[in-house]
Amino acid sequence: MAVVVTKALVELRPEGDGCGEPECGFGSLDEEDEQREDSCYVLYRDRKVWADIDPHLQDDGKKPNVQIIYSEKFQDVFDYFRAVLQRDERSERAFKLTADAIEVNATNHKVWHFRRVLLRSLGKDLHEELTYIKTIIEDQPKNYQVWYHRQMLVGWLQDPSQELEFTADMLNQDAKSYHVWQHRQWVIQEFKLWDNELEYVDELLKEDVRNNSVWSQRYFVISNTTGYDDPAVLDREVQYTLDMITAVPRNESAWNYLKGILQDRGLYKYTNVLEYLLNLQPSHSSPYLVAFLLDMHEDMLENQCDNKEETLNKALELCEILAKEKDSIRKEYWRYIGWTLKSKYSSAAGQSILTDTDQ
Amino acid sequence: MAGASSPPGGRRRLQDDGVRTATSVEQAKVEDTIQEIFDAYKKNHNTSQLVLQREKHVQYLKKGIRQLSQAYECLDASRPWLCYWILHSLELLDEPLPESLGSDVCEFLNKCQSPQGGFGGGPTQLPHLAPTYAAVSTLCIVGTEEAYNVINRKKLLEYLHMLKQPNGSFLMHVGGEVDVRSAYCAVAVASLTNMLTPELFAGTAEWIARCQNWEGGIGGVPGMEAHGGYTFCGMAALVILKKEHLLNLRSLLRWVTGRQMSFEGGFQGRCNKLVDGCYSFWQAGVLPLLHRALHARGDTALSMTHWLFDQLALQEYILLCCQCPAGGLLDKPGKSRDFYHTCYCLSGLAIAQHFGSGELHHEMVLGVPENRLQPTHPVYNIVPEKVESAMMYFLQQPVPSLEPEATAE
Repeated sequence: MAVVVTKALVELRPEGDGCGEPECGFGSLDEEDEQREDSCYVLYRDRKVWADIDPHLQDDGKKPNVQIIYSEKFQDVFDYFRAVLQRDERSERAFKLTADAIEVNATNHKVWHFRRVLLRSLGKDLHEELTYIKTIIEDQPKNYQVWYHRQMLVGWLQDPSQELEFTADMLNQDAKSYHVWQHRQWVIQEFKLWDNELEYVDELLKEDVRNNSVWSQRYFVISNTTGYDDPAVLDREVQYTLDMITAVPRNESAWNYLKGILQDRGLYKYTNVLEYLLNLQPSHSSPYLVAFLLDMHEDMLENQCDNKEETLNKALELCEILAKEKDSIRKEYWRYIGWTLKSKYSSAAGQSILTDTDQ
Repeated sequence: MAGASSPPGGRRRLQDDGVRTATSVEQAKVEDTIQEIFDAYKKNHNTSQLVLQREKHVQYLKKGIRQLSQAYECLDASRPWLCYWILHSLELLDEPLPESLGSDVCEFLNKCQSPQGGFGGGPTQLPHLAPTYAAVSTLCIVGTEEAYNVINRKKLLEYLHMLKQPNGSFLMHVGGEVDVRSAYCAVAVASLTNMLTPELFAGTAEWIARCQNWEGGIGGVPGMEAHGGYTFCGMAALVILKKEHLLNLRSLLRWVTGRQMSFEGGFQGRCNKLVDGCYSFWQAGVLPLLHRALHARGDTALSMTHWLFDQLALQEYILLCCQCPAGGLLDKPGKSRDFYHTCYCLSGLAIAQHFGSGELHHEMVLGVPENRLQPTHPVYNIVPEKVESAMMYFLQQPVPSLEPEATAE
């Protein structure tokens, strides 16, 4: 079969990034990577010290699919990796081989697994390995295996001392990195490093109050330390959030947080919040503010407020404002909410089919 | 039918309240790019822009199913995924699968299957739940008996048991990490192959529910930020397990509908992040699942013709902003095409074009009628007939029994 290496491969734009999200953290499709080989790299098959090993070729079958045209370096490394694995060779040279394999493809979890086996068999210095994995992570932060490897090391060493600084550095480069936040949460939870985290959250929110990952971390810290049941804590958080909202009224994260911390506590009780927002409305209106008012009205209805009809009408009015004017991309949704309220609370409606514990 | 981009006040640009942060700066940049595209479309009213470039995409896909450039070395541990992304895209585009190709794919995936059960990323690679899901899904797309018979069900069941944790979650692979994806992968493959046993999934639904957070969406593990990919995995797994009610469906609905971008029309993965074509499926795909769950509870306020998101706006985003002129689809303008985005942009397009099923099926195809894709099953993301066919085949086979010494280290 003729191998045609087409050059007009649009997907090889230098900054062509595989999707940035962890769900598709499949690495970057960067053509330039393979060109930065150092000129002194010798293929394994040409290395005298490896002459005792027969490379183990990949067997894709007679009629392969999604066949990748590997570079010589890639193919060679994995031919030897497969051989070493088959013999379960626990040696220093095998260990170095895993590093080469990782360099050409850091997503092969068999390589990482074997590297960890070797780390233990050979009694390698795990702190040195932490340094190694740090460089790999810095190069490929959206890869699952590298973070898992680091987590394993920190776990074996029972040494989280570098982790907060390391993750903070990584967040400096990408403040929303999912893997980094997940690792940071794991470290904090595992080693109970809660003490300064709220302060760190405050710092990051000052840098970018719209960073939703930081609001998420805020909730994580508080719910695992003081909790929100303490009225002093809750009041503080409500006030903090209202301040953020007043400063940047169209920051959805802040609104979601406000709802998040109050929703299970009975929104309708927070008449002071309602008042505050109604006062804010003329100058700071946003779809989020209107939606919040709607949520409050709905909660009042749920809790059998007085003047039910007036409250319902107001709620329906808010739904319509959102559907028609303020948030029309969600028109279907706001109309659905309106219908739901009507069927549940209108005195003209028949028996409500929705359950009372409708969540 | 006019797209949602023209009415005044229909699409809302970001307002930064005079406070610029990294988030608002990035968002504004993307909106500027999209604005240019929308303006060009409005100006020319060139209907060729609302055309799904079927032939180009098919060409791109047909080439990839056979061979891929060196740039794909980074996906060497994900080759079943490449099979799935490509074959699913082709089935959405209604491209018939030649029998020989189907057979070749079966043979290849068989080589990816591990003696210990499950499938790895390539021949002789260690099994992992993600390529397992991709392989099983691909075999269901091929849909022949040969394909179904590739799957060593007994070993697969043993493998799933090996990965199961006491708290209900699943490892992604032996000695590997845990997150919501693994639950979906495990539940999906087990249910397609008639191995959905109560013992295997004891506690799984409850663990998934713990991943729903204060935002209403679902994170990768308990405590983490709500994210579109994990939200889809969590919700779809719960639908299969018939335990959707463990979630707060109302707050989930609010969160996921909130992820549609007011200006771009596409979806973001997390609050205050950028639009991305792949979330056309991960996020929008949750809405059919929610619709079904709410309907099952007797919700009478639900529409009988539309999902609870702006279907036309999403289609517009995909058609105008996510197509690579050389074939293939992508995240957003300026990004490169790849098979992952091709798969999920097309899957999202299919979701947006088709409401309901059977008697309640209502289509809404933006642009030329030829843009119409095959509908996709919102739980498994393969075409519904293939889901049915696979399930019917495996229902004829008993659930494998586990030998006592099945659990390896």
